[in-house]
Amino acid sequence: MTKKLIKGNIALCEGAITAGLKSYFGYPITPQNEIPAYLSKRMVELGRVFIQAESEIAAASMVLGAAITGARAMTSSSSPGISLKQEAISYMSGMQVPALIVNVQRGGPGLGNISSSQSDYFQAVKGGGHGDYKIIVLAPNSAQEMYETAYDAFDLAEKYRTPVMILTDGIIGQMMEPIEFNRIEKKEFTEKEWILNGSKGREPRSIKSLLMKDGVLEKHNVKLQEKYKLISENEVKYESYMLEDAEIIIIAYGISSRIARSAVKLARKNGIKAGLLRPKTLWPFPSEIINSLAKPNVKFLSIELSHGQMVEDVKLAVNGKSEVGFLGKAGGGLVTEQEILKKIQSQILGGSSGA
Amino acid sequence: MKKILSKPESLKDTVLSYCPGCGHGIIHRLVTECIDELGVREKTIAVAPVGCAVFAYEYFNFDVTEAPHGRPPAVATGIKRTNPDKFVFTYQGDGDIAAIGMAETIHAANRGENITTIFVNNANYGMTGGQMAPTTLIGQITETTPFGRNPEREGYPIKLCELLSTLEGTAYLERVAIYNPQNIMKAKKAIKKAFQCQIDRKGFSLVEIISNCPVDWGMTPLDSIKWVEETFIKSFPLGTVKDKTNT
Ligand SMILES: Cc1ncc(C[n+]2csc(CCOP(=O)(O)OP(=O)(O)O)c2C)c(N)n1
Ligand code: SF4
Ligand SMILES: [Mg+2]
Repeated sequence: MTKKLIKGNIALCEGAITAGLKSYFGYPITPQNEIPAYLSKRMVELGRVFIQAESEIAAASMVLGAAITGARAMTSSSSPGISLKQEAISYMSGMQVPALIVNVQRGGPGLGNISSSQSDYFQAVKGGGHGDYKIIVLAPNSAQEMYETAYDAFDLAEKYRTPVMILTDGIIGQMMEPIEFNRIEKKEFTEKEWILNGSKGREPRSIKSLLMKDGVLEKHNVKLQEKYKLISENEVKYESYMLEDAEIIIIAYGISSRIARSAVKLARKNGIKAGLLRPKTLWPFPSEIINSLAKPNVKFLSIELSHGQMVEDVKLAVNGKSEVGFLGKAGGGLVTEQEILKKIQSQILGGSSGA
Repeated sequence: MKKILSKPESLKDTVLSYCPGCGHGIIHRLVTECIDELGVREKTIAVAPVGCAVFAYEYFNFDVTEAPHGRPPAVATGIKRTNPDKFVFTYQGDGDIAAIGMAETIHAANRGENITTIFVNNANYGMTGGQMAPTTLIGQITETTPFGRNPEREGYPIKLCELLSTLEGTAYLERVAIYNPQNIMKAKKAIKKAFQCQIDRKGFSLVEIISNCPVDWGMTPLDSIKWVEETFIKSFPLGTVKDKTNT
């Protein structure tokens, strides 16, 4: 297959389109502007729906509207905009509506800046809006994976009737990389028995999250938790690199994992047995594999463009069996290979957790 | 034999849970009669608000979705753009449509979304116990305007139809009331026309219905009717505000 050089954000658009994206609703914000700009042309040319909404709040509610009719719908934004989408994400979780939300993260808090960042991890994996819910969070780390992840996201969303988020960052989104369009255009979609498409020949349906009758909401929450358990058991994805003999295991996702991989090579050249475990799903988190790798003679190092968010999940997974270190920064530049190497060396020598 | 009075097919056979004398019941009846008469029940997808009518799906005998508070116009946009052949309407209160959801309302109207909005103006927030709404009258006492709405503190009541009439995307805007049979007939005609406007793909249509909320107004149903006639509709004049359906 021939490869084409494109930006991660565009690759993501093509993945979604190939998966049968019917409706896109967005609002401008850097560093995700390539997405609405590209789709404003592509979607219209394909006779599909593109709307530049009046806000992220509206865009996310439009997604809800399109998705309850069974169509594949998505929105994209960056950090401040994702905060506004939490309302609809919580509703869609309660109403069990499948949809795709893309967060090309930028620096925060507040308006922050447009530098690449990973500081929305907590918001993404812990629910994000009000209520006791989880959404599936996917973390591609290349243009190729942006394409494939966007394609696969809709199947996942529909399988579990849940919103799915792609959590990426400005660099992965804007970096040009060769990609292979290795997915087949999806044209047939399974009949869904819950959608609203007019009550022709059947009883009317309603989709709601307001459940006021005695005990109904409690039961609904139990049902949601059962679904989340099923997702945790079946949908964890990660990539491992040089883990077999690793004495220090880096945990990193997205752009950080690219740098971490180089740092592992560098550490090996310096005689340190380093390895990398890269979560491809942030929720569900690869806790089980991390736990099985945790031993007194193995150390972990979480590397993030934040001041320590994912590291909390690493610690939970390790459950005291290994030392867990942290290296990260937020709202500025990237962590460098040299910084990682230095951190690894001090962690190996020093023994102090350094977290 | 011709049936004179029967329940519209679009209305479920359940007891409405609205307060005695509440306008929502009459409006549900008018809306469902129009849906029946236009023969669109089986392609209707309605959007319920957050407000007293949140339970609309318990009463409407067609597909209904919930929406976040104020977002029905956005949800309806998503539904209709994705499914232009469906019949889509929102049913919203004054707080939903003109306070928290004002941005969604104005922009759906301005895009000329081919949807219909049934706007129930009862001059307060019914569901939450009768607080000030964007449509609360000057001097009106509510739970959060205990001294009466004072324009210096709370601003003025919003006349939504007039506000929307300046937008090119709006095709039909009318304000009606339901405090007596004559007005109920007019209200039905307006609702049907607004629905027809959508069927004819003419763009955004909205009917504002001046409604009664006797419980939160602290009145008997009878007094509430008197207040609508003598006070409420003086601030919100009835009639067609905009009609582009013939052009
Ligand atoms: C985001 C959010 N804010 C506030 C509320 C509480 N709330 C429920 S209904 C309502 C007002 C409804 O008033 P209106 O739209 O006029 O409808 P009515 O009940 O009068 O028919 C409010 C503020 C909510 N459910 N969600
Ligand atoms: S509070 Fe008012 S609007 Fe709500 S049901 Fe009662 S009378 Fe009707
Ligand atoms: Mg009201």
